[in-house]
Amino acid sequence: MASHYEAPIRKPLVTGDRTYHDVTVEVAAPVEGRANKQWWIVFGISLAAFIWGLGCIIYTVSTGIGTWGLNKTVGWAWDITNFVWWVGIGHAGTLISAVLLLFRQKWRMAINRSAEAMTIFSVVQAGLFPIIHMGRPWLGYWVLPIPNQFGSLWVNFNSPLLWDVFAISTYLSVSLVFWWTGLLPDFAMLRDRAIKPFQKKIYSLVSFGWSGRAKDWQRFEEVSLVLAGLATPLVLSVHTIVSFDFATSVIPGWHTTIFPPYFVAGAIFSGFAMVNTLLIIMRKVCHLEAYITLQHIELMNLVIMITGSIVGCAYITELFIAWYSGVEYEQYAFLNRATGPYWWAYWMMMSCNVFSPQFMWFKKLRTSIMFSFFISIVVNVGMWFERFVIIVTSLHRDYLPSSWTMFSPTFVDIGIYVGTIGFFFVLFLLYSRTFPVIAQAEVKSILKSSGEKYKKLRDGDHE
Amino acid sequence: MASNKKYWKSVEELNPDSSLVETLKQNEFVNEIPVDEFLGDKETLDSSSTTRRDFLKFVGFSTAAATLAACEGPVKKAIPYVNQPEEIRPGVANYYASAIADGYDFASVLVKTREGRPIFINNHDKAEVNSSANARVVASVLSMYDSMRVQGPKKGGDKTSWDALHKDVKAKIQESKAAGKDVVLLTQTFASPSTAKLVSEFSQSVGGVKHVVYDAISEDTALNAYQAKYGERAMADYDFSKADIIVSFGADFLGDWQGGGFESGYAKGRIPAKGKMSKHIQVESNMSLTGANADTRVALKPSEVKIALAKFYGYLAGVSYGGSLPEKAEAAVKAAAAEVKKAGGKAVVVTGLADANAQALVLDINEQLGSEAFDTSAPLKVRSGNAAAVAALVKDMKAGKVGVLITAGVNPLYTLADAKGFEEGLGKVGLSVAFSMKEDETSSKTTYVAAAPHYLESWGDVEMKKGYYSLIQPTIKSLFDTLQFQEALMVWTGLEGTYYDYVKATWTESILGGSSWNQALHDGVFKGAPVMVEDLASEENIDEVVTTSAGEYALNLSKAKGSEFELVLYPKTGMGDGQQANNPWLQEFPDPISRASWDNYLTVSLSDAKDLGFENYNVDNGALNGSYANVTVNGVTIKNVPVLIQPGQAKKSVGLAYGYGRTAGLKDEMKTGVNAFALYADFNNVQSVKIEKASGVHEFACVQLQNTLMGRGDILKDTTLAEFVNNGPEHWNPQPEVSLDHKEVPATTVNLWDDFDRSVGHHFNLSIDLNACTGCGACVIACHAENNVPVVGKSEMRRSRDMHWLRIDRYYSSEETFEADVEVVENISGLGDSLSTFGELEKASENPQVAFQPVMCQHCNHAPCETVCPVAATSHGRQGQNHMAYNRCVGTRYCANNCPYKVRRFNWFLYSQNDEFDYHMNDDLGRMVLNPDVVVRSRGVMEKCSMCIQMTQKTILDAKRDGRTIKDGEFQTACSAACSSGAMTFGDINNKESKIAELKESERMYHLLEHVGTQPNVFYHVKVRNTQEA
Repeated sequence: MASHYEAPIRKPLVTGDRTYHDVTVEVAAPVEGRANKQWWIVFGISLAAFIWGLGCIIYTVSTGIGTWGLNKTVGWAWDITNFVWWVGIGHAGTLISAVLLLFRQKWRMAINRSAEAMTIFSVVQAGLFPIIHMGRPWLGYWVLPIPNQFGSLWVNFNSPLLWDVFAISTYLSVSLVFWWTGLLPDFAMLRDRAIKPFQKKIYSLVSFGWSGRAKDWQRFEEVSLVLAGLATPLVLSVHTIVSFDFATSVIPGWHTTIFPPYFVAGAIFSGFAMVNTLLIIMRKVCHLEAYITLQHIELMNLVIMITGSIVGCAYITELFIAWYSGVEYEQYAFLNRATGPYWWAYWMMMSCNVFSPQFMWFKKLRTSIMFSFFISIVVNVGMWFERFVIIVTSLHRDYLPSSWTMFSPTFVDIGIYVGTIGFFFVLFLLYSRTFPVIAQAEVKSILKSSGEKYKKLRDGDHE
Repeated sequence: MASNKKYWKSVEELNPDSSLVETLKQNEFVNEIPVDEFLGDKETLDSSSTTRRDFLKFVGFSTAAATLAACEGPVKKAIPYVNQPEEIRPGVANYYASAIADGYDFASVLVKTREGRPIFINNHDKAEVNSSANARVVASVLSMYDSMRVQGPKKGGDKTSWDALHKDVKAKIQESKAAGKDVVLLTQTFASPSTAKLVSEFSQSVGGVKHVVYDAISEDTALNAYQAKYGERAMADYDFSKADIIVSFGADFLGDWQGGGFESGYAKGRIPAKGKMSKHIQVESNMSLTGANADTRVALKPSEVKIALAKFYGYLAGVSYGGSLPEKAEAAVKAAAAEVKKAGGKAVVVTGLADANAQALVLDINEQLGSEAFDTSAPLKVRSGNAAAVAALVKDMKAGKVGVLITAGVNPLYTLADAKGFEEGLGKVGLSVAFSMKEDETSSKTTYVAAAPHYLESWGDVEMKKGYYSLIQPTIKSLFDTLQFQEALMVWTGLEGTYYDYVKATWTESILGGSSWNQALHDGVFKGAPVMVEDLASEENIDEVVTTSAGEYALNLSKAKGSEFELVLYPKTGMGDGQQANNPWLQEFPDPISRASWDNYLTVSLSDAKDLGFENYNVDNGALNGSYANVTVNGVTIKNVPVLIQPGQAKKSVGLAYGYGRTAGLKDEMKTGVNAFALYADFNNVQSVKIEKASGVHEFACVQLQNTLMGRGDILKDTTLAEFVNNGPEHWNPQPEVSLDHKEVPATTVNLWDDFDRSVGHHFNLSIDLNACTGCGACVIACHAENNVPVVGKSEMRRSRDMHWLRIDRYYSSEETFEADVEVVENISGLGDSLSTFGELEKASENPQVAFQPVMCQHCNHAPCETVCPVAATSHGRQGQNHMAYNRCVGTRYCANNCPYKVRRFNWFLYSQNDEFDYHMNDDLGRMVLNPDVVVRSRGVMEKCSMCIQMTQKTILDAKRDGRTIKDGEFQTACSAACSSGAMTFGDINNKESKIAELKESERMYHLLEHVGTQPNVFYHVKVRNTQEA
């Protein structure tokens, strides 16, 4: 990053004639200014959804899982669908901040802060489901291998659900540390600009006494690199382990060795889509168009297109292997997916996840903001259906036809899902008003090389 | 307890004038109290540190302490026995031999009691007849703990005393006798020698009473035919184990036909041994349990069944009879006749047609064949109701000829087709007393409700089959202020003593013939010389049946005229005649055929349903919905009868079950279905009927939504006898294979896991023979009772949340046979073909093959559920069980998802002590039935079959205490013990001598879904059908 030279053919990552001070002011603006009407409206809706969801959770915990639509055959449905969906969404943050850091992709700098925030907030949503889906959530701590009074009673290390516990908690903690580390110089910037003593106090607390000395920066760079190294395997491992919930089982449609890569690709796919959804709005509302440029959106669209195609490949491979296996149960499971009573969910998934990203082959479409926004929503709808298809259509007709049944959600199922979306947006909206939503320190580091102003200064004369 | 004892304080008291005594009397304290000494010494007083403040503190504290101490802590009322009752030891079950004879179900049973409470009804293994408790009998224990029972005698809804009742009855009997009016006893079939004698004595003492015996579901025609031929009002007994060919014309003999109890004999003959098994041909209209088990089933409407019987006789006798049958049916009847002819005495023919000719003809045919299975020397006595006498009674009542009417064990206002007439008549009866456990439809209209005890609280005797006696003994003191009908009769007759004395006297005098009464009571059964205890009061006004020749009967039958639609009324396995309609176990019991619970419904064939516009469909959550029909018989219309499309239902016939539609004496939740007795005109179960579609949608609670096997032949393996005999097991019981290193090897040899060491201790296995299983469901209820399985109610059943640990899957073939289904799947070519073929396979054939498969936890040695539980709440036992530690379960349901057999059940809600689930676990009385050895699960935990570990552990501990090895057959589970057809065998395969070890080596043995590699400890035996000549 030391180099201030960048090839002229690369488009500037910071558009407009932004100076260092401009960056500071524009990133600090949403925090220092007052919330506008739209923010309050969106926040109000999110809060209402969150409270409704909370009510549904309280109802579930106090009355029983019977308030959901589950039955003896379909023991998981929306709960674990939502869990996997949220975990998947979380993946983009880590990928952007860690993997792209290692690959020295500078364009990540404008989006990694919010992508990571999204990761953490969505993992929080995801983490809710394994707890509330328990019949006795108040005993949820039993899944932790902690010393207990039950004698030598230990958790079952064979269980993929236990692996989930480790995977998700590791993921959450590493992401949180990584995120916060990156936040330190930016919090310090806010601290230094703060006028009100209360804000100053808070920001100096959360910036952990950042002083801006060279030693601070050196350590900051080192820690970032180490954490990126730690977080990179997590991108692959977390969703691999989540996929083990299904892959290690014996249920046709779950018992599939392709699941780990397929889930990871799907996770990145949905995560990028969610980043797109959030940032397309945010750049407008917070006036950050100079930092989150069309180029960013286009690049993310490309990732969506590629991972969408990988996911599509996986779907087709599944079908092929089911046929090729010669196992009648396996064959029927996939035939039933595509043509059984839940065919609409399967084709919803297919069209949203496999067909819709193919539009991104067209430059005109992938550089259209409205279209990108639309596709980002479509992709996440599709990814929700993917998990629903895997979970519900595999369970509802498995080995013994006598046990076949159907699943239909109750208002509680729906309420909790909507509630987590509300909760997510409540967190994200609060974040956007109190946190520096762009890693301004990092952006400043590339301003000389990739800022439009400096590029012009350097290259402009030649043209 | 006031005591007059005098306690001496000293010898001085002997002296009346002692001054010392006098002083002591005056002074409470013997020594002088040193008050002065204490207060007088100023110095001490000053130095004492108790200040005013301290004093107040002390006062305050003591007041507070005293106040707190006065608050009573919770008192748990566990009162120990002051005198330990003999025989009752906490934690140790006692068993009493008894019998049920409720007028519909007759069986010798073994009652298990714990701490003085009956909690389980077992089969009586020593009994020779009716030793098997069916689902209703097993469930009957819960009916005793029914909170809706009448708790004492009542008059017009108000409590009264027995004395008042006796006084009134005696007076009214005198009055009506004086007025020349009849005194009538309208009772169930008691088949009781003592009761018959008592009724006669009562009759003599009051100068004549009429005794009308009334069966809700009548066998009147069979009784009449038998009586006409053999001169005794009884029914022929059949031992199907002695028959090679069984031909049944509408007789549901695995159900409740002629009192039931034939399944164990039948099942014996159905297990292929030495290449032989019996062949069973069923000609019927409804899809009955019996038809479902038949090798060949011919679906015909009732009028055609009659013609078929006539033609069958024709082919036997070489005579030709008119009447037309569908070609296929005709051929089947002809083939059946040929085989019967060949088998001769090894064949048996039965019929369930309520038709005098049919009944007489069948008796003649069996007589002519010299059928070994046919027994007239000791006929069955479990039905004796007299249709004509009942009709005459109603007429008399209407005419005001009846002064006093005493009913016992019957509910005519519910079960009589002419209930209106009866009610009208009842209004003209001077005094009516109903001995009933409930304020049911009848007893709520009679002058008195005489609270009757449950059979588990009563004494009695019963002669189910001539010469085979059983005793009924109470296993608990009457819960309420109840009085047996017989005891009341004794009071009215003026007999001293209790009914126990009376039964004992009757037995000693005329039955025991010198044998020990105590032994008989201990055994509960006694086989003796038949004695004729004439019920002198019994009404015998039967129309004289003119006995003619078999040919004549057949000719009459062949002229049977049908109507466009014919209705066949039938009893459901779970509900019978509806006596136990308030029993939640039975309401929730899925019908073995339709697998619907909490309902009765009109069964209609698919083609008729199409014609009439009826439909059945599944809603979003899978639950079954159906149309309604208005059903009219003889001008009586029942509106909004739910319609269930029933594969195997004969075209142009419809079926409707009795026992539902009760309106009084039961909880609102139990008021399900419609009352089919209203259509039971003239006690004829076949009626011509008009059906029309009604508006509205009915919500069924059906637990099995996919009815066919989808060509999955390895789940329920079946084969033909020819295949079984002529080919090796690799043809009809192929082992699944997997590819290992590019070689096909048996799936069982490939193993990811370490095996458990099974060499030490017991290793339990459960064997299920699909040939012997009739699908009767006694095991389902036994499991319910033994394991405190909760009842969840109709709406939860609809959500596929039944809690049954043991279920009996019922499959229909989609083609004519299951084998054809498998072929269809094998012959699929291409994607398009598979799409359409699997769609077709989801639909059952119009006359399908049927198969039953009991499925409970398979106790896999490599259990998929065990590896996935994050908290290790389910783990493997040394004895082969897959354990479930409820306390440890956090309820992730992962285990249930990963169970290939889907046998795990989740507590979606709190099912006990929850008003939302107002069944027996929500009231103190109902909870008395709970088995103290099995925990009641809380909400949020998974539960499932434990292989009755509480029973196996008990066996082990008993043997250990006695210092002996465990004999084969000692290990039982509730289901295996309840299975009277011998389909379920449980035991220790480490005992190489045991039956289970032998069964495991059988060539017919297979594991369910063997290819998954779960290595279950439950195994099945391939079902062999005798559809081709061996």
